Amino acid sequence: MSWPARTIAYLALWALLLASVTIAVTLGPAGISAGDAWGTIFHHLGLRADPPLSPLRDAIVWELRLPRVVAALGVGAGLALAGTVMQVMTRNPLADPYLLGLSSGAALGAVIFLLMGAALLMPLGAFLGSLGALALALLVAALLGGATPSRAILAGICIAALASAATSLLIFWSATGDSYREILNWLLGSLSGTVWSDAALVVVALIVCAPVILLSGRGLDAFAFGEASAASLGIDVARLRWTLLAATALLTGVMVAVGGAIGFVGLVVPHAVRLAVGSRHRVLLPASMLVGAIFMLWSDTVARSLFDPRELPVGIVTALVGAPAFLLILLRYRRIT
Amino acid sequence: MSGLIVRGVEVRVGDRALVSDAAFTTRAGQVTALIGPNGAGKTTLLAALLGLRRLTAGTVEFDGRDFAALPFAERAKLCAYVEQDAGTPERLTVRDVVALGRIPFQSTWRTTLPADDETIVAGALEALNLMNFANRLYHTLSGGEQQRVQMARALAQEPQLLLLDEPTSHLDIEAQLLALDLLQDRARAGCTVLLAMHDLNLAARYADHLVVMKVGRVVAEGPPAEVLTEKLLLDVYGVHATILTAPGSEVPVVIYDRAQSGRRLAKSG
Repeated sequence: MSWPARTIAYLALWALLLASVTIAVTLGPAGISAGDAWGTIFHHLGLRADPPLSPLRDAIVWELRLPRVVAALGVGAGLALAGTVMQVMTRNPLADPYLLGLSSGAALGAVIFLLMGAALLMPLGAFLGSLGALALALLVAALLGGATPSRAILAGICIAALASAATSLLIFWSATGDSYREILNWLLGSLSGTVWSDAALVVVALIVCAPVILLSGRGLDAFAFGEASAASLGIDVARLRWTLLAATALLTGVMVAVGGAIGFVGLVVPHAVRLAVGSRHRVLLPASMLVGAIFMLWSDTVARSLFDPRELPVGIVTALVGAPAFLLILLRYRRIT
Repeated sequence: MSGLIVRGVEVRVGDRALVSDAAFTTRAGQVTALIGPNGAGKTTLLAALLGLRRLTAGTVEFDGRDFAALPFAERAKLCAYVEQDAGTPERLTVRDVVALGRIPFQSTWRTTLPADDETIVAGALEALNLMNFANRLYHTLSGGEQQRVQMARALAQEPQLLLLDEPTSHLDIEAQLLALDLLQDRARAGCTVLLAMHDLNLAARYADHLVVMKVGRVVAEGPPAEVLTEKLLLDVYGVHATILTAPGSEVPVVIYDRAQSGRRLAKSG
């Protein structure tokens, strides 16, 4: 894509993002106009003196809908970014952010905390679980003779299977109706009940990790033909690999902790964007982030409003949209080849 | 002297030495061919020169500098490498792949190619007769075409040292000759060229200097006419051969007679 086309595409994506936010904030049982919604946001940001809405409706926008919108954007952006990196680093087009057992570990951690009666600390459990699984996968890979990508994947599959089995065992053994439902909701991925502290966590994780990844575009480009060629193009392969692994693990850990194991975003979005903008990462990474954010926001908006007042776990929506989309992408790849 | 000087290089994995006590010299302006049977350590040696494998002993000097101690970023400005079997990433055009060669010279921040780089990339595409392929997707090309793209990428790096691992293995005869002509031209223009290859006749025809490896050791080096002897072929490759001289030149020509007796592969059935 030439640069004017790219600039236009970026502007269009940002416009789409703003439009999506507007729709997501106004959509819901309490009818709130776009003007009032943005007015409320500006008021809370200190850009406008008087609130345009009554305290109750103000709270619906600022306390209920906006944190969830921000979290959805951040989780989508983070998962898409992490997925892109994993696909390059493992040179595996099927890689997603959860490849190294992060989601299964997170599920186990969350379920343990839930069953211990610490439902409020579930995100912490998930975070610890995901990092624990990753550490274990890398340790096993190292014991197999060095943490290369393929060994890490194999170890990750093994750890993921173990963690899933342990999770199922725990649920089967001790979950009651209510906690079972809560666990299922979490396993499928959901952003319901998101508050500002969750959104803040997501935003901080992005602020810390995204620049590290975005600035590695050159190195990821060099990775196109694997490690030897990356090194011959001047990339310190070992350092880049560990930096990116740390950043994606942290990012994914936080995203899983806040939103549960939301599938398909990290797998499908990078492929779709690659199809549109090509494989140059200095373009692909920011574009994936934007598209991931928009996709996630729409998925969450559909999840909460389709069967209103009942909510669907957002993971069901991303899978329902993502799986056919992935199929279409595969078909399109085939036609090109 | 400018060129690559390898002294006492050893590469060890665990207690197994893949390359031991390798020593040879390649001069700027010359094509040096690294030959030897499969598993002789040619690829490992190239990887060690690139810093992909740690030297457990020995030194590598290029133009008077300690090449092994250079950081990756510095080394990439001097030296380009063409792998034996590069992968086939999807969604990269031929131009994108060749442009990868400019990575060592680019800042982290740019998203577009600087104008100078565009010119260099275009020159590299032209040198390998790839202009008509520039916008094709790399993964849709044939093996030989991909290999030419890899060479163009290496040229785009404008290296002073070119390391190539069997760069002509997938090429048809004409493309092999063209590729080797090109490498020879680069060498004459002052580049140091070191390539691993299997075709001894092409090596004899194009290389100024041969380095022969066997089980991790350099067993001979020198001009092709001196190095390629019937005894060497039997010792290193286990092959009985007759060495002739090409008419009107000093270039040796190898006629293979048969594999050493008793080393025939077991017949199946």
